[in-house]
Amino acid sequence: MRQSWWKFLAIALLLYTLIAGLLMDVPRLPILNETIRALYFHVTMWFGMILMLVAAVYYSIKYLRTNDIRHDDMAIEFTNSAILFGVLGIVTGMLWAKFTWGDYWSSDPKQNASAIGILMYFAYLVLRNSLTDSQQRARIGAIYNIFAFAAFIPLIFVLPRLTDSLHPGNGGNPGFNAYDLDSKLRAVFYPAIIGWTLLGSWIATVRVRMRRVERTIEDRMINS
Amino acid sequence: MFVGHRIASVVPKEIWCHFGSFDLGFLIYDFRFVGPKSEIQNPKSIYLAMLKVISVLISKEVTLEWRQKFALNGILLYVVSAVFITYLSVGARQGNISTPTWNALYWIIILFSAVNAVAKSFVQEHQGRQLYYYMIASPEAIILSKIIYNTGLTLILALLGYGVFSVILGNPIQDQGLFLLNLVLGAMGFSASLTMVSGIASKAGNNATLMAILSFPVIIPILLMAIHISKNAMDGLDWSVSVDKLLTLLAINVIVAVTGFILFPYLWRS
Repeated sequence: MRQSWWKFLAIALLLYTLIAGLLMDVPRLPILNETIRALYFHVTMWFGMILMLVAAVYYSIKYLRTNDIRHDDMAIEFTNSAILFGVLGIVTGMLWAKFTWGDYWSSDPKQNASAIGILMYFAYLVLRNSLTDSQQRARIGAIYNIFAFAAFIPLIFVLPRLTDSLHPGNGGNPGFNAYDLDSKLRAVFYPAIIGWTLLGSWIATVRVRMRRVERTIEDRMINS
Repeated sequence: MFVGHRIASVVPKEIWCHFGSFDLGFLIYDFRFVGPKSEIQNPKSIYLAMLKVISVLISKEVTLEWRQKFALNGILLYVVSAVFITYLSVGARQGNISTPTWNALYWIIILFSAVNAVAKSFVQEHQGRQLYYYMIASPEAIILSKIIYNTGLTLILALLGYGVFSVILGNPIQDQGLFLLNLVLGAMGFSASLTMVSGIASKAGNNATLMAILSFPVIIPILLMAIHISKNAMDGLDWSVSVDKLLTLLAINVIVAVTGFILFPYLWRS
């Protein structure tokens, strides 16, 4: 956590995403037109969110194995930043949908599934706040986090593929691979995923440190 | 109810004898205490013992339910009243209601009744008695017995709901076999996820709101698959159309049940 090179990397990658994502040439396609640039923001934020949820599950498992409250700090803060990116991903997706599908919300299976997924993690936050004892909260939070993730994966990866979706790559719509013949999109797409994930981890680690400082201050007040 | 004694009576002598000095409850509490496998002539007997423990726990659940008939009757009445309220609110006479609406109403009612029925699975017993089970049975045996019992309960509710629906709202199902298979799978999924969630909610002071908000998002994948399949059963589509979906539903059930099975010991210990 003391190392800072990855924070500079995050800034560099996100600056690159913003500049190259908004200025570089993109394939010109009917209907999509310039909105194809949403790929760099909407899709990558969702990828970042999923990576952060995986990190949260990893720390939840670690907490259950060791009962060390510091792993719980990591789990909750990674979930928090994943929720932030999830909400941003939904909002950017809705803006994109307004211009390509004609409506902010068109009852697309993927849209619905992602909304439900976000509800699941809001429920996680409510559950945590309803428990007062910190060890109890950490343990039950970790259990629900893992349980919710197990339900989240079929929800967003399996179910939308079984029905027709308006999303590119589903229900007969060509995916972005089909447009991206010269890999121009990929040159921004992958760095953007890494950049968002690093930014999310940065937010999470800052907040984890806040939590630990608060806990130390509280302990000192109790002990003095 | 002397569950401990009954567990003692179903466990084979050889395992029991292996631990002359240990309390039997200890053995059942944690199978890892059984010691080197080579010392027991038949390692399979351990799993057999677990199966027997589970069956004792299930029969305990049934007995408990039967003694407190008001809870069971209450939930059955809940289903019937819910169906009747829907019937009156949509103002439908027999056959007057479109099949997608029938389907949606049916599954929503089953969902809410299942949530109410399963929510009490960790509430109806006192803290002290929970501690007693904690001493005499392994958490794995407890969660499995509760999931199996709740599957049965949900299935009874679903069948009752189906019966009442057929009588007052008409029965549009063309493929009964597929519909019933779907009900069984749906009941398994509902009970696997709701049992785990009710365990979590019971640790968090048991409020009904928490039970609802924790369970609904988790249960939606199962609900959506079940609704799709029952739509196929209504339209009398060929089984080959639904096979993928049945398998997906089964896979989701397995994922949820296995996650619950792995996580429950941590919940139970706290």
